[in-house]
Amino acid sequence: MFPLNDAGVISGLVCGVLFGFVLENAGFGSPAKLTAQFQLRDWSVFKVMFTAIVVAAFGLYGLKLAGLLQADAVFVPTALLMASAVGGALVGAGFAIGGYCPGTSVVGLFSGRLDALVFLVGLLLGTVAFAGFYGPVIEAIMAMWELEAGDTMTDAFGIPEVAMLGILAVALIAVFFAGSWFERRSAGPVTSDQAVAGSTN
Amino acid sequence: MSLSSGAHDRAVKPFWSPLLAGVALGLVLLLTFVLTGHGLGATGASTRLTAWLGLHAAPAATQANAYLGPMVENGNPLSSWISWQVMGVALGALAASFMAGRFRIQLDGVRSVGAPRRLVTALAGGLMAGFGARVAAGCTSGLGLSGAATLGVAAFVFLGLFFATGLVASRLVKGV
Repeated sequence: MFPLNDAGVISGLVCGVLFGFVLENAGFGSPAKLTAQFQLRDWSVFKVMFTAIVVAAFGLYGLKLAGLLQADAVFVPTALLMASAVGGALVGAGFAIGGYCPGTSVVGLFSGRLDALVFLVGLLLGTVAFAGFYGPVIEAIMAMWELEAGDTMTDAFGIPEVAMLGILAVALIAVFFAGSWFERRSAGPVTSDQAVAGSTN
Repeated sequence: MSLSSGAHDRAVKPFWSPLLAGVALGLVLLLTFVLTGHGLGATGASTRLTAWLGLHAAPAATQANAYLGPMVENGNPLSSWISWQVMGVALGALAASFMAGRFRIQLDGVRSVGAPRRLVTALAGGLMAGFGARVAAGCTSGLGLSGAATLGVAAFVFLGLFFATGLVASRLVKGV
């Protein structure tokens, strides 16, 4: 019965190596490619993320259905919606301006990008700043808009899991169609040559 | 692409298609859930690294801090699954970029915005992302990607605001 709840060194390294290997091959070590999503010329970020979410969500559902995965044993983030909204906005702005999100900055650094190291220094300083401000006020803000009914779309809003999977699958197809349409009408996806050269022209 | 750089560029392999990369990423994420019961992440490790650095640079202040203090109570904050996972990300990215001829030491973004500006945008972006990830208790991978796969409401709220703010911010500030 899964999950194995393995918190060991080997599982960490294996999952991490595969994660980093896929991210680099997707082009997500390049800040030019990552930020091209927000200029709507390269939809790789949306396409890859949506595909991964759908594959993993269907996989989790299938494993539960087959009786191989314990339903409540998988971690679901707590529905603290104010914290998620404020945090999402700050990480999104940081991504657009800095060129990376936290995970992809590691990929950037280990494909030779020194600006990613600067981003990582900023990441640590941002954590220090948060720890400095941490107290009753910030805790109260982070606790706002918690959904009492539950943390998943199913528990919080009563949307059946199968329906949510259907919605995600339709959204995935829409992202691929819309993305490819925008890509044809602009300079198009950032190639690996452009990404390595550090120039999108 | 200019002809003069042709010899070097020929060694640069193209990126995977988004569909292939997305399916691969989804399977890695699924494997992580099956093995550990939780998804992939990043800022769990950077937060622990901050606590570890704080413990060495300013032990008293770190131990007294309401956020970092509990993290350094029980020994080395870095000894955790997420630290190994992020170390793995580094190794995996290094292997992929070398194998595909895409490893190049550079200050990326300098060609479009210049070095001084690029250093400022990289630092400022990191600061915002670091602060924001602590507010949300997760980042794009830990909360957005992994949380959405479990159909968590918080993940969809995070991703919605992430993309909306990113769209606006990239029009106001050219960072790369």
